[in-house]
Amino acid sequence: MSRIQESVIIRTVVRIMVPFIQLFALYVIMHGASGPGGGFQGGVIFGAAIILYAMIFGISEGKKKMSDALDKILASTGLTIYAGTGLACILFGGMFLQYDAVPLLPDPAVVSKYLIDLVEIGIGITVLAVMISLFFDVSPPEPEPEEAEE
Amino acid sequence: MTGFDLIAPHLPVLTVVIPLIAGFLTPIIGWIDRRLPWYWVMLAMFVVLLIAGNNLVTVINSGTIHYKLGGWDPPFGIEYVIDLLNGFVCLIIAFIAFMVSIYSKESVKKEVPGKTTPFYSVFLLLITGLMGMTITGDIFNFYVFLEISSLTAYALIAMGDRGDGVVASFNYLIMGTVAASFILLGIGYLYAVTGTLNMADMQNLLPGVYDSKVVLAALAFFMAGFSIKVGLFPLHAWLPDAYTHAPSTASALIAGLMTKVGVYAMIRFMFCVFTPAFVIDVNMTEILTWAAALAIIMGSVFAIAQSDIKRMLAYSSISQIGYILLGFGLVNVVGITGGLLHIMNHAFMKCALFLVAGAIFYKTDIRNIYQFKGLGKKMPVTTTVFLIAALSMIGVPGTVGFTSKWYLALGSIEANQWIFVAVILVSSLLNIVYFWRIFDNIWFGHPHEIENIKRDEAPLTMLIPMVILGILCVYFGFFSGDLIEHIFEPLAKTLLGLGGVP
Repeated sequence: MSRIQESVIIRTVVRIMVPFIQLFALYVIMHGASGPGGGFQGGVIFGAAIILYAMIFGISEGKKKMSDALDKILASTGLTIYAGTGLACILFGGMFLQYDAVPLLPDPAVVSKYLIDLVEIGIGITVLAVMISLFFDVSPPEPEPEEAEE
Repeated sequence: MTGFDLIAPHLPVLTVVIPLIAGFLTPIIGWIDRRLPWYWVMLAMFVVLLIAGNNLVTVINSGTIHYKLGGWDPPFGIEYVIDLLNGFVCLIIAFIAFMVSIYSKESVKKEVPGKTTPFYSVFLLLITGLMGMTITGDIFNFYVFLEISSLTAYALIAMGDRGDGVVASFNYLIMGTVAASFILLGIGYLYAVTGTLNMADMQNLLPGVYDSKVVLAALAFFMAGFSIKVGLFPLHAWLPDAYTHAPSTASALIAGLMTKVGVYAMIRFMFCVFTPAFVIDVNMTEILTWAAALAIIMGSVFAIAQSDIKRMLAYSSISQIGYILLGFGLVNVVGITGGLLHIMNHAFMKCALFLVAGAIFYKTDIRNIYQFKGLGKKMPVTTTVFLIAALSMIGVPGTVGFTSKWYLALGSIEANQWIFVAVILVSSLLNIVYFWRIFDNIWFGHPHEIENIKRDEAPLTMLIPMVILGILCVYFGFFSGDLIEHIFEPLAKTLLGLGGVP
């Protein structure tokens, strides 16, 4: 453990900050359709929150929150949501990703809005999973399990 | 109304979406059972093959297919356009990918142990990228798919020989990124001048600004970028290492497809974004033919100096890409027909040769051609496929290589460029030199214990695709008349703007 990781201030701040960063990420994702932001940016912010956590509390601690298996599943799920939305549009007789073809609500514009959000969420999930797995892949193996504390 | 009628109009987009979804689901499939991804990839590739075949039939029967993504009208939305040219390239991609996916089972297990699931995942994403590059009618969308295919290719190459594979992949990454930057700059320039990203729209708008230096710069950037991507001779440095050190399956896939799609993109930009008249006017085709002629000779000369079979095949690829580009540089119907024909033929031949090299490596761990002695007795089927594909490379009559070289030579004569006929002949002789060393070792080389060599053939999953490709090399050598008459010649006429298919 490096000195930074031992610092009480940093550990506490990170512990408090992570949920807010994640909340902000969700805001960026949901805001993507109507303002600056979107699935990619939100996903990166969300991934960054978990990466920050793993940097301070250790890779193995980070992997407890985000296991490799969960990572894989999320990466696949996100894209499946995206492609599934596109294919749903085809099923309802539109073109690929032609949102207003899906007769969910009476107003096609509103359907478009919600389906764009859904697609953004899908993108966000994939991006966050891939970000985190990239981080874990390039991170050095954990030194040795913690030595007895003095 | 059957289910097929419902899905039929959406087949263009499914060509890209199916490998994409399949690629991202592979990790889950592999997580359930490590043996499943092979079946999964084969299934996905088979479906894509059927779709690509159906697309081409639709194009032949009822003309170009336009697919508006998200229902947005072009030029504002992204449009997928399938005409005869990319319908045919898509079918080749799908076919080669299906063959390689059948082949991959044992080879991947041996060469990338423990990483089969990521390998197949990336494999499918590579196909997504290549399909997307081919099928899209929007140049920025094209760039996105170009990046997908490049990134996945880097990953596949890096999974190869420990150490060397990573270095080769890194070299390719640098060169590929430079190429992609050139292409992106070109796209940016064209967008700045015309304000559109749709290829068809751009072709209509560009003639108004042909006297602008920006357009000229854009053309230069595209040609430089694509020349790196296809490994045209002076810019080929990344190619031999990348092909040599990638896993055999990836070598076959990348050698068979990546450069072909690069060539397709070059043609698409030369003839369908710019106009042939403009490209000829600024002497780009002239430069291309001479560069191609240089590539043909130098690729063959370098190939003679190699002792690693995969490296030799890689240099031979450089020379074969020269043939294709020579045909297009000649800008007459016969030459372009030859070039198009050679895209198909080279995909078959080179894929078969790399598959054979992989099968030999799988069985014997040998890649040095001087150690191939006695292989003819040990692996008769594999080496026979090698013989057929190599003869086809040389251009022996009765194989596909002969047909395309014949057309290229005729095209050179028609363009009054006799020197290229000489280039083709000299290169064929050089091909004989470097393939003969292998024939000599395989069939006539006598190791000390020749009597003890037992028949030890590659597994069936490897043999089937190799044999199919070998048979196709001969089949199209005899029966490519229909294809040329109904697809390649009309296509060449269309590309030159001489009418033909709409």
